[in-house]
Amino acid sequence: MTDATQGGPIRTKGKSILELDTRTKKRNAAEARFKGYGIAAICVSLFFLVSLLVTIVSNGVPAFTQTFVNLSVTLDEAKLDKNGNRNIDEIKKVSTFGYKPLINAALVSATDGIETELTDKDLDKILSASAGAVVRDHVIANPDMIGETVEFRLLTSSRVDGYMKGRVVREDLARDKNLDAAHLDLIDVMAERGAVQRTFNWDFIFGSDASESRPEQAGIGVSMLGSFFMMLVVLALALPIGVAASIYLEEFAPQNRFTDLIEVNISNLAAVPSIVFGILGLAVFIQFAHLPQSAPIVGGLTLTLMTLPTIVISTRASLKAVPPSIRDAALGVGASKMQAVFHHVLPLAMPGILTGTIIGLAQALGETAPLLLIGMVGYIATNYPEGVTSGFLDPNSAMPAQIYEWAKRADPAFYERAWGGIIVLLLFLLTMNLIAIILRRRFERRW
Amino acid sequence: MSIFKMTASTLAITAISATAAVARDNVQVAGSSTVLPYASIVAEAFGENFDFPTPVVESGGSSAGLKRFCEGVGENTIDVANASRAIRESELAVCAENGVTDVIEVRIGYDGIVFASQLDGPDYVAFEPADIFNALAPKVLVDGELVDNPYTMWSDFNADLPAEEILAFIPGTKHGTREVFEEKVIAAGCEATGAHDAMIAAGMSEDDAEDACLAVRTDGLSVDIDGDYTETLARIDANANGIGVFGLAFYENNTDKLKVATMSGVEPSTETISTGEYPVSRPLYFYVKAAHIGVIPGLKEYAEFFVADEIAGPDGPLSAYGLVSDPALADVQTTVMDEVTMGN
Repeated sequence: MTDATQGGPIRTKGKSILELDTRTKKRNAAEARFKGYGIAAICVSLFFLVSLLVTIVSNGVPAFTQTFVNLSVTLDEAKLDKNGNRNIDEIKKVSTFGYKPLINAALVSATDGIETELTDKDLDKILSASAGAVVRDHVIANPDMIGETVEFRLLTSSRVDGYMKGRVVREDLARDKNLDAAHLDLIDVMAERGAVQRTFNWDFIFGSDASESRPEQAGIGVSMLGSFFMMLVVLALALPIGVAASIYLEEFAPQNRFTDLIEVNISNLAAVPSIVFGILGLAVFIQFAHLPQSAPIVGGLTLTLMTLPTIVISTRASLKAVPPSIRDAALGVGASKMQAVFHHVLPLAMPGILTGTIIGLAQALGETAPLLLIGMVGYIATNYPEGVTSGFLDPNSAMPAQIYEWAKRADPAFYERAWGGIIVLLLFLLTMNLIAIILRRRFERRW
Repeated sequence: MSIFKMTASTLAITAISATAAVARDNVQVAGSSTVLPYASIVAEAFGENFDFPTPVVESGGSSAGLKRFCEGVGENTIDVANASRAIRESELAVCAENGVTDVIEVRIGYDGIVFASQLDGPDYVAFEPADIFNALAPKVLVDGELVDNPYTMWSDFNADLPAEEILAFIPGTKHGTREVFEEKVIAAGCEATGAHDAMIAAGMSEDDAEDACLAVRTDGLSVDIDGDYTETLARIDANANGIGVFGLAFYENNTDKLKVATMSGVEPSTETISTGEYPVSRPLYFYVKAAHIGVIPGLKEYAEFFVADEIAGPDGPLSAYGLVSDPALADVQTTVMDEVTMGN
């Protein structure tokens, strides 16, 4: 409007009103440009999102399959139970190293008739170092099977697995002491015979972490449990404390300098970098309160501190969104202030509170930095918790910390697993955000 | 008021479970990230072969591990500290102050430090300590005079080296590896080029000259890597003219991307390191808190298992991963078995 009233060049006679004057053209062009910028911005972010997703999926999907070899191992009585009395304690004395010759013999007979320049001893490099443990566990569980020949499904080494996935090629092995090209020739023949197969790897999702020499055995399951127990702690502490604090601040607290100060501080806390909470957790929970190192309870407590401000802020926002008429009506029919809050305001604010909580939890689930400081990185996630108490108190890792740990390790196969772990973590986050969206859509009321 | 009750009861449960945390049944290990792979291999095999739970191995660096080790005696402190260097006198003093008087030192073997570059990059195939010193020292000897390092290309001081810009990724100061790199490469190069003598001739005391010999140029041609070897590898991937410092085991796991350079004409391998021909190697250790033996189940068994022939011997899994087996392993085994503490 201002453009029109302030004049400008007076329209020259003889022009049609259908023809745009230069000023209008300029404004229209500016608008079109602005739209263009917006679309370009969206395109750029879409491009980044898509390339990120493509990278994650293409790098991570191989982690969900694993190469196995079917092997008939003869459980030689002379090696496993010299006295022949099937005493479990005597059988246990044979370590996983004692099982190596048996497995080697099985490999030799499995590759019988295939021409190769490899020595019998070199054949072991095809298999994961976990083979001995698999066979030993089976023998200890079924001591009566000693002397029989049993079919085992054993993991191949990470290099063989990488070959089956196309990650390792023959040229790479020229200078690699862990495997030779001759092994791959053997694998080709065995794969044709069906002895070597690549199948879906449930152990990646449910298994425990493995040492650096066995990436093929590593799984994210135990650290998933660690994350789960941490989230329980966060939920059990952050939700009630956060909601109670917000209700008091929003509905009961007098407006004065002191409450103003608290409000400002809560907003500031929400912006504090998470590593700060990590160092606080180390100082308070471990060094002062003497809680155990690397325990999910400490991680949970630390993440509670981090999540609290998020929950307080979202809860207060949803309490504010409930119109005052609801409170007035409740108070008008004689309800006490508390009854008005708990019977009328809180139920209406619940969807917003839950959404905020879930998003806060999702944030906490993906948080790594504080966990580094309280000792949740390393070779930690190895034992399944034995129960609820053990789940809270025994050393464990968390999913993001496990991913960080894998990305650091030397063997490239761990790198693949780190990407696979990211997929699992993203699925969890996606589910949580989806729940939050559904809750909001279904239960949120607008006035 | 149910919310408040719930909060109160959760807090109470937390407090109770915290006190119940005292009984610990697994061995806890922390320390050097160089020793971590070996410790994790041993811990895994230990968990498989014994009825004890798998020990927990944290990383964080030798110094951080030893610091936690020396915090005191009790189930809330770690049992074993891994270190890529020997414990210092000052650290032992802190230990003793906090009541950790009986410490068993266990040497598990040797680790080689190698110089590697991009597989398809320039021909960095042979170095002498003098080359590394000339490339990375802040002051070098040119025509008999100590001057600020003028070199920007490898070929500037050694015509046999490629005409590429100097760029080296070396471990940051928090790593135990840095100490070895400085002492066995930079200092050796300092002596070999004559810079050390020139410094003394210029009026420096012996100690000052030795310290000055360990310095590294700060004009950006030498980059400190505070992260792990994976970070060094990523830098090498991005810079064709860069060379990086790696552990032997890490290099052997990444031969598809890296090529290694000889040092003083010797190619690094477990064999050349065990014979002492390859000059850049260092012993690796772990330290056991003797007071915890018998209190933490499985601690002594873990230590004995670590140095057993089938694990730490030349044919064991540690050697297969890249550790150079200790020729005096039998002595180490007796040390552990008899629980011989330091100073006794």
